Amino acid sequence: MAEALVNNDVAVKTVGVIKEYQMGGTILRALKGVDVEIKRGEYISIMGPSGSGKSTLFNMIGALDRPSSGEVYIDDVNILELGPAEIAWLRCWKIGYIFQTFNLIPVMTALENVTLPMIFAGLSLSERKVKGMDLLQKVGLGERADHKPNELSGGQQQRVAIARSLANGPSIILADEPTGNLDLRTGRDIINILRDMNKNENVTIISATHDLKMLDVSDRVIYIRDGMVEQIKARADLQLEIGTIEGEED
Amino acid sequence: MAQASKTEIRSQIELPFMEAIRISFQSLKIRFWRSMITTAGILLGIAFFVAVLSGSEITRVMTERQGSQAIVTSIDDAPTGEVSSQQIWLISMSLIVCVVGIANSMLMSVTERFREIGTMKCLGALNRFIVELFLLESGFQGLSGALFGALVGFISIMLLNLKDYGLDVFLGFPQYILRILAYMGIACVLGMILAIIGAAGPAYRAAQLPPAEAMRSDV
Repeated sequence: MAEALVNNDVAVKTVGVIKEYQMGGTILRALKGVDVEIKRGEYISIMGPSGSGKSTLFNMIGALDRPSSGEVYIDDVNILELGPAEIAWLRCWKIGYIFQTFNLIPVMTALENVTLPMIFAGLSLSERKVKGMDLLQKVGLGERADHKPNELSGGQQQRVAIARSLANGPSIILADEPTGNLDLRTGRDIINILRDMNKNENVTIISATHDLKMLDVSDRVIYIRDGMVEQIKARADLQLEIGTIEGEED
Repeated sequence: MAQASKTEIRSQIELPFMEAIRISFQSLKIRFWRSMITTAGILLGIAFFVAVLSGSEITRVMTERQGSQAIVTSIDDAPTGEVSSQQIWLISMSLIVCVVGIANSMLMSVTERFREIGTMKCLGALNRFIVELFLLESGFQGLSGALFGALVGFISIMLLNLKDYGLDVFLGFPQYILRILAYMGIACVLGMILAIIGAAGPAYRAAQLPPAEAMRSDV
């Protein structure tokens, strides 16, 4: 987690990323050459209307799908040059994923969900228990460790998902509309947790979002339209009238 | 530049066998009734298999015993106790139905869990972990279905023969039981193998999907 002191501080870089999908007879270009550079420890929001290629870009950055052409670097490593086992290693150790639909494994308890990535990482049962409980307590769900996802509220499930994304101490967290299925208040809780992680542990956070509350805590916002980067704005340039949220008490 | 030294990409990801067993067992338990239906399909196929083979064996032994007393009992189809070609056909059909049934239910169980598979891959699972988990699941189903199927097949053929030969059927017990136990053993292994064959295709295909696609195709 503590990788703040390296020379090169680029966490994610894409160069001319193009993604095409075969849709019946026609080829759909979801991304038309995207270049972005995200620095270590940044809090980035990716904005854009539905169908803009936002999710596709998210998938490229997270090594969840392969671009048709172009390059994607995570921690200076071109992921297109990696084999399946190395990509799995990257997903296991370097990147934490959070989804709009939480994507917890329904048959597992909160604790088992959180510790699943630790199994892949080779931790022993006792190490996993301690670390998993620790993470659940961090997101305020220590007492719910033995509950299955369907016994938890949406906000609680998303907090379990956040704890799971932190399982192996990733340097990057990718969140795809993390507040999309949550009410205002719960969404704000989630944003606060993410922001705290970003501030305290220097985790790079990249989030696809529609949520204006999210923009308010972002360092930069990347606007995607029609498969291309429309503009990139720093927070100072954003004209948002929601400044009260950041300092609000829960 | 500290580029090369800083980012160390390794490839050591593991899923200990006991963990895999625990996870797949848990999946079966939680989908108990669904698993039972698949298992029942295997059970019936194997029960039939064991019943036909054991039936022939019992008939053979009983005919021999009774033959010495010069009494011919008429069992229509297989008086000699040989496995007739018709029976072989029946057995093969039942086993094929078994495989198709398993393949179908595994296909369903894999398809409805695309999202789960995608998620697991996001968390660092290798393709072979996914295949391993599904094969273990189907292997459990196959083994338990075959075990019970073998018992059901044996018990039902004993009852049938009890009707035909009366209590005499137990007199031949020492002569045929060993061979029938062997059939039951073969049936158990066969049930497990069939289940694994049925599951292998869908599981392998699901594991190949990139996580983004796996998670998208499930709604």
